[in-house]
Amino acid sequence: MALSGMRGLSVFISDIRNCPNKEQERLRVDKELGNVRTRFKNEKGLTHYEKKKYVWKMLYIYMLGYDVDFGHMEAVSLISAPKYPEKQVGYIVTACLLNENHDFLRLAINAIRNDVIGRNETFQCLALTLVGNIGGREFAESLAPDVQKLLISSSCRPLVRKKAALCLLRLYRKNPDVVIVDGWSDRMAQLLDERDLGVLTSSMSLLVALVANNHNAYWICLPKCVKILERLSRNNDVPQEYTYYGIPSPWLQVKTMRALQYFPTIEDPNTRRSLFEVLQRILMGTDVVKNVNKNNASHAVLFEALALVMHLDAEKEMMSQCVALLGKFIAVREPNIRYLGLENMTRMLMVSDVQDIIKRHQAQIITSLKDPDISIRRRALDLLYGMCDVSNAKDIVEELLQYLSTADFTMREELSLKAAILAEKFAPDLSWYVDVILQLIDKAGDFVSDDIWFRVVQIVTNNEDLQPYAAVKAREYLDKPAIHETMVKVSAYILGEYSHLLAKRPGCNPQEIFSIIHEKLPTVSNSTIAILLSTYAKILMHTQPPDPQLQNQIWAIFHKYESCIDAEIQQRAVEYFTLSRKGAASVDIMAEMPKFPERQSALLKKAEDTEADTAEQSAIKLRAQQQTSNALVVTDQHPANGYPPVSQLGLVKVPSISTVDRNSEDQGVTQANGTLSVVDPQPLEPSVDVLGDLLGPLRIDGPPGAAAQSDHNLISGPEGATYVEETLALAPVGDQTNNVQPIGSIAERFQDLCLKDSGVLYEDPYIQIGIKAEWRAHHGLLLLFLGNKNTAPLVSVQALILPPSHLKIELSLVPETIPPRAQVQCPLEIINLGPSRDVAVLDFSYKFGTDVVNVKLRLPAVLNKFLQPISVSAEEFFPQWRSLSGPPLKLQDVVRGVRPMSLAEMANLFTIFPLTVSPGLDPNANNLVVSTTFYSERTRAMLCLVRIETDPADRTQLRMTVASGDPTLTFELKEFLKEQLVSIPTISQRPATAPPQVQPTTSPTALSDPGAMLAGLLH
Amino acid sequence: MGIRFILMVNKQGQTRLAQYYEYLTIEERRALEGEIVRKCLTRTEQQCSFVEHRKYKIVYRRYASLFFMVGIDNEENELAILEFIHLVVETMDRHFGNVCELDIMFHLEKAHFMLEEMVMNGCIVETSKSSILTPIQLMDRA
Repeated sequence: MALSGMRGLSVFISDIRNCPNKEQERLRVDKELGNVRTRFKNEKGLTHYEKKKYVWKMLYIYMLGYDVDFGHMEAVSLISAPKYPEKQVGYIVTACLLNENHDFLRLAINAIRNDVIGRNETFQCLALTLVGNIGGREFAESLAPDVQKLLISSSCRPLVRKKAALCLLRLYRKNPDVVIVDGWSDRMAQLLDERDLGVLTSSMSLLVALVANNHNAYWICLPKCVKILERLSRNNDVPQEYTYYGIPSPWLQVKTMRALQYFPTIEDPNTRRSLFEVLQRILMGTDVVKNVNKNNASHAVLFEALALVMHLDAEKEMMSQCVALLGKFIAVREPNIRYLGLENMTRMLMVSDVQDIIKRHQAQIITSLKDPDISIRRRALDLLYGMCDVSNAKDIVEELLQYLSTADFTMREELSLKAAILAEKFAPDLSWYVDVILQLIDKAGDFVSDDIWFRVVQIVTNNEDLQPYAAVKAREYLDKPAIHETMVKVSAYILGEYSHLLAKRPGCNPQEIFSIIHEKLPTVSNSTIAILLSTYAKILMHTQPPDPQLQNQIWAIFHKYESCIDAEIQQRAVEYFTLSRKGAASVDIMAEMPKFPERQSALLKKAEDTEADTAEQSAIKLRAQQQTSNALVVTDQHPANGYPPVSQLGLVKVPSISTVDRNSEDQGVTQANGTLSVVDPQPLEPSVDVLGDLLGPLRIDGPPGAAAQSDHNLISGPEGATYVEETLALAPVGDQTNNVQPIGSIAERFQDLCLKDSGVLYEDPYIQIGIKAEWRAHHGLLLLFLGNKNTAPLVSVQALILPPSHLKIELSLVPETIPPRAQVQCPLEIINLGPSRDVAVLDFSYKFGTDVVNVKLRLPAVLNKFLQPISVSAEEFFPQWRSLSGPPLKLQDVVRGVRPMSLAEMANLFTIFPLTVSPGLDPNANNLVVSTTFYSERTRAMLCLVRIETDPADRTQLRMTVASGDPTLTFELKEFLKEQLVSIPTISQRPATAPPQVQPTTSPTALSDPGAMLAGLLH
Repeated sequence: MGIRFILMVNKQGQTRLAQYYEYLTIEERRALEGEIVRKCLTRTEQQCSFVEHRKYKIVYRRYASLFFMVGIDNEENELAILEFIHLVVETMDRHFGNVCELDIMFHLEKAHFMLEEMVMNGCIVETSKSSILTPIQLMDRA
């Protein structure tokens, strides 16, 4: 045994293996390297055996990841050793340690050549292998003819010839100018007649390279390849040694089919027929078997056959069979098959006419996007990207956006880029494109490259219709509590250019726009500050007549940055300051940016770059090259697409407070938008007028609910709420136009959503309205998901918010039409002005066929959404409790008819609301002390303290004391908690709404409590 | 070109055999091996045998404590490589008899010889076990 003879090496390997840590390993390796180095220095005394031993140690050390920068000469010198074991080590270690450009290799060329042309075929093999692995130009020059001779020599045994084939392959690939293969087609054809499967296997690799380079020269080899396939598939004359789990050399089969894919077509009908027979047999005859190895091997052949069919089957004889198979594969349990199914489907996209069949599997592919395996997710992403077109872009992009929040960090950049490209390429309307990009930035700002936001700015600039919409959206995002810096950039840029288009909307006058942008300045980097300065300059210019206060503010900022260390900012500050003092003269300079020249999207270019490494035949790349962006022309296609332009939709927004002033303001907006829609290129779009007419009267008269609300003030909250609830209770039944019955109980869904932040608000056979909410202090963002469940569009979709007086709600644009199977997201921004239990109502209607459905749905923007848990210590609690000494800040009530529940359950319920239960504050174990913070614009953050005293003998009643710094809040919170504690919080069970009054503490247990201290504080 | 590298790494992330068919510096190798091993070790049995990493696709298979990983490009058939790994293992098995990690460690040169007989220049040369093992038996006799 070779190694048993090398005891030193075994000992060294054992030592390494026993090293407890990397540090020890390094010490041991360093010691050994020192040892080997000294031995090599006194080389004279070294025998070949010793050299061999040390050279192996070097290879071992190198494999462990340590650099071995000496001893190369010794390894190379072993090549010329006369005995096989040493020579072999020399060859193998040299091939591992050195690369083709290493100087020492040159020294060995002669020795190697001698072995190649020598008589000893074992030596020939060693030499050919080394050249095949690391041979460079000089080897090609001196050895190519010898190698070619060996390959076709009839006197050479297969074991030499198979190595010669791959050796030649390397020399040819590396130096096609040196290795002459002209006239080799005959020889290759001859080679393919070989019976030995080893020689055939390596020759096939060589053939692939030759055909890939110039298929025209090798037509003659094509029928031979088909013959080989026939031989293998019929298992003719295949030695047992080459049969793998009953399958005749799957590797040769695969390689042969790969070679055939380098020929553009097969012209000869006989060859074609024979080949298709083989392929058909593979496609039909591959069954799933239990043995994993056999299964893999047969599927390896099957997938290669699929690839070949896709490549050759111009007549589509077998194509549908392939798609069907792939459709089956992407849904199987076996992950390898699923992965390859997706991969091959992506390849198949290149074949025309099958896209539609592939689209049938879209749902399954989207499921794969959520596969637990990232490899499969990547394939699914690629496939979705490749199969996206105008018809399914909305679905796919929305899936990608949704997936973005949960995707692996490694995929997010790619994902954002792909979503951005698809949104641009296939946007049914540009407002949607803007939505998508802004959502992208919002959800994954860190992964959105500058190119993406540059592009959205370009497109907005080039499309006038889009500008007001983009400005509205930008303004909306600025209201979010924390936004990504990229969002600051893009919003600031867009608002700088177009905020004057919004001037008449609430919250959009120049001062307000400036303030909300300027709020972000302290948190952003220099590059963003530079953009903000431009925005300020533009806002100033657009403010006509000038607002002296705003002017002074902005000038002060310019002045401050005139001494900024960043040259860019400094220059902008100085220039803008001077320019803006010129007044009217600056208007031209500060005017809107002109349109950008139409150009190819930088994103597409970028996508091409990032894919440079991946599959050459990548369908994505091909398609990206074929289709230049069509986003810029989409505007003209509105009528064809049936999507009304955005500006007409800008009205589906409801003012929060129904004062006369606000009404007239909104009329103003109507006017402004009306004017804009005239600018729109389409001459006549009925929806413009319809919408205008519909909304006009609504706005003025107001629906009954809204009218009622305008009457009541904060204190009369309960009546208002009752009223709204009554209307609600009646609405679904009373409204006889509703033939469509809701699925599930609307009331139950609402109750659920009061305690959860996402779920279904409403569902009927046509539509599902889902909700996802985020609450931060007194702000809330509610996403409505309007999902069309049908294959026909829902039209005349209208959403109207009837907000109670304490909520300011802005609903973004709701499209008039929801395309088949599409889901539309409508963000609702909510600001809580003060405490109230009133509920906002969504008046939602749509038309499906002849059915007009109108429902009024309570929105779960209820009091407890503005609570945040806070725990208080005894030191904080008691002074506070004491200072809120009595009504109206501290109220007490006895609650009867409480749902029977244990104290722990009750504590749990409070935690859900969310209130913090502070155990131990009340010495009586039957009592609960609870605290929370309530947020509203008027009260700001306000601490609320609650004490619940229960009677273990009678669980149906309890006494509740609520205290806070605001009388309304105290009352509302007390009533809210009461509602939650009594069995079913419905209108009928609600206690009569009496004005807040204090009930004397008459509970007999109160004073005998061990918690006398607390009790004493109650008054 | 096909196969770019073959790695055998144990569960602890120690490389037991590394054969590259394109030149990478030792630093590049170390980094690449670390990254791949980290990726593959965290995967479960229910996940597929293919991992995409940089420009490579890694086809891997686990045998007891040892991972066999083959880096390929787009010119290879994934399942064929997956079974090729098994062929390597069966070949080693035939030679060592119930091959284990230690066999590969302590007979590194034989493992290398076998691979050398099976893969050359990133292409499969031979798939017949007896043809692969003949030269190695020759060495044993020498």
